[in-house]
Amino acid sequence: MSTETSFVTRAASLRAYASTADLAISPPAIHEVSDRARRIAASRNLLNEPRPIRFIIVALAISFLTIFVVLPLVVVFASAFSKGISAYLAALTEPEALSAIRLTLLVAAISVTLNLVFGVVAAWAIAKFEFRGKTFLITLIDLPFSVSPVISGLVFVLLFGAQGYWGTWLQAHDIHILFAVPGIVLATIFVTFPFVARSLIPLMQEQGTQEEEAAISLGASGLQTFFRVTLPNIKWGLLYGVLLCNARAMGEFGAVSVVSGHIRGETNTMPLLVEILYNEYQFVASFAIASLLAMLALITLIVKTVLERRLDEGQTPRDISRDDPSDH
Amino acid sequence: MTIEVKNIVKKFGAFAALDNVDLKVGKGELLALLGPSGSGKTTLLRIIAGLDWPDAGEVRIDGEDALGHGASERHVGFVFQHYALFRHMTVFENVAFGLRVQPRAIRKDEATIRARVKELLDLVQLDWLANRYPSQLSGGQRQRIALARALAIEPRILLLDEPFGALDAKVRKELRQWLRSLHNEIHVTSIFVTHDQEEALEVANRVVVMDKGRIEQIGSPGDVYDNPATAFVHGFIGESIVLPVEVTGGSVRLGGQPLNIAADGAASGASKLFVRRHDMQIGPAGTGSLEGAVRHVRSFGPIQRAEIALSGGEGRTVIEIDAPRDRELQAGEIIGLQPRRYRIFAAQD
Repeated sequence: MSTETSFVTRAASLRAYASTADLAISPPAIHEVSDRARRIAASRNLLNEPRPIRFIIVALAISFLTIFVVLPLVVVFASAFSKGISAYLAALTEPEALSAIRLTLLVAAISVTLNLVFGVVAAWAIAKFEFRGKTFLITLIDLPFSVSPVISGLVFVLLFGAQGYWGTWLQAHDIHILFAVPGIVLATIFVTFPFVARSLIPLMQEQGTQEEEAAISLGASGLQTFFRVTLPNIKWGLLYGVLLCNARAMGEFGAVSVVSGHIRGETNTMPLLVEILYNEYQFVASFAIASLLAMLALITLIVKTVLERRLDEGQTPRDISRDDPSDH
Repeated sequence: MTIEVKNIVKKFGAFAALDNVDLKVGKGELLALLGPSGSGKTTLLRIIAGLDWPDAGEVRIDGEDALGHGASERHVGFVFQHYALFRHMTVFENVAFGLRVQPRAIRKDEATIRARVKELLDLVQLDWLANRYPSQLSGGQRQRIALARALAIEPRILLLDEPFGALDAKVRKELRQWLRSLHNEIHVTSIFVTHDQEEALEVANRVVVMDKGRIEQIGSPGDVYDNPATAFVHGFIGESIVLPVEVTGGSVRLGGQPLNIAADGAASGASKLFVRRHDMQIGPAGTGSLEGAVRHVRSFGPIQRAEIALSGGEGRTVIEIDAPRDRELQAGEIIGLQPRRYRIFAAQD
């Protein structure tokens, strides 16, 4: 949208220039520009609906969002505070609640860190190298998005469960993966894998490999190239991916529910505890935990907006080379 | 420093980007690799820099086997067509990069690095831009910063990939002269790739003309222009008139009509006659071995450029010649033409 506006203003200023300069024959460049500007202007006119219709459309959108997004959020906070602030705080400081918060933070910390590394490596491989099976790899990365989280959890049950492929061996060696923290971490990693890779691949593909080649020809080692050239160039995209990955890691329910075993005070994450408490009619406690997750969502949204703005700036650097006639 | 390339072969699938290329570059030379796109010139440059690897062959820089080293160890300055400046660094940091990534043992202290960068920015006359970011510079400025950055590591050789390709015509002309005077000043062995013959002839000491992964001719700018070795070089460098002729014994025929020129040892068979536009002598009708009607004349500066429809034979051939303005041509006039200098090549390519 922003490029379009600047284009229109540029076209307008060009036309203004043409008229003041009183050019008898308008050069082809100006002709093309004004043509395109006219088309854009025409499409604008098409959107110039009568006021009542515009009002109805906007009102529809807002009421839809209110009913489906704002109201539920309000209900969450209202129910959480329905018995007063002390009941709210008490619910959050229950040992079970504290354990769930701790576990959620731990799982998120591990899985986000690992996915950060995996994601950068995968995006690097896909964006900067040509190899056989690249499309297959991209499809694989997207797999967690297209599979129901419950299935993702079930895969780990099939692998590590008592009746699973490696179940007996694990039992014999007293290694607990299922119904324990490792299982929850594995399921979370699986579900959140695409976020970092997906947010980096287009960015890295757009940036190409020239800056890396320049760095290497200047004598930089592989690590120096990565930390001094590649990483600074992708940092906003990386943060964006990490943020989304984190939000999903903390909020994941389906896959974690299958592998967790719901052991109270041990393998319950926040989303699982919300459900358990709700089923036990402990509404205040349930909504108190839910309110934390809702706040996480709100913070995520705000940071995401900021990051998106940074990313836009990074991708369209202010290019004055064409506007600067005094080159030398 | 010298560069030696021996029997380099590089294939991309079935396509041979480089087909047995041999090249020697002497100390302090400024060499142009000239050819159309797809001729393999950029691939050759990247192989010398270590950014690409050949399937077979040898690369020696200063007598030392370069293929045993990666690009970061070759100490080669590389300037990219699209500058490849580090977008998140200031101009100063861009130029300083090569000095900052040196191994700790030989890394200079901060004051020395600053002094060196300042010196380089002075050399490219852009010291006042030190604190800007690449996106705030014009194309010509970016390319000069890219050059300063490549020179910062005191490269053994300097490689430039279409250095002026992304710039507009006026800036390109200025940078050309600037590059040549810079080379006179610092004398580092340099190779630059270009598809622009004028650029190659104007800047380089020696020109290597490439086509389809092979070297067609190596020579001084005057040499490749005046004595093209192959039909390709004749057609690619300078404006040529090309006429399909038939060589039989020692005589040359155009559309069945014998031309009053010697075959110069060209083999019998279908051939092509190459004449530079300005090497066509004009005279009154009936003189010369060709005859044609002037269709259109444009005069500018010291020459007139005339479009001439050749008569005889199939009669549909139209050529463009450049003639001095001592005898003004008129549209519709019938004139005689005689090639002053010409070359005949076999027709297959």
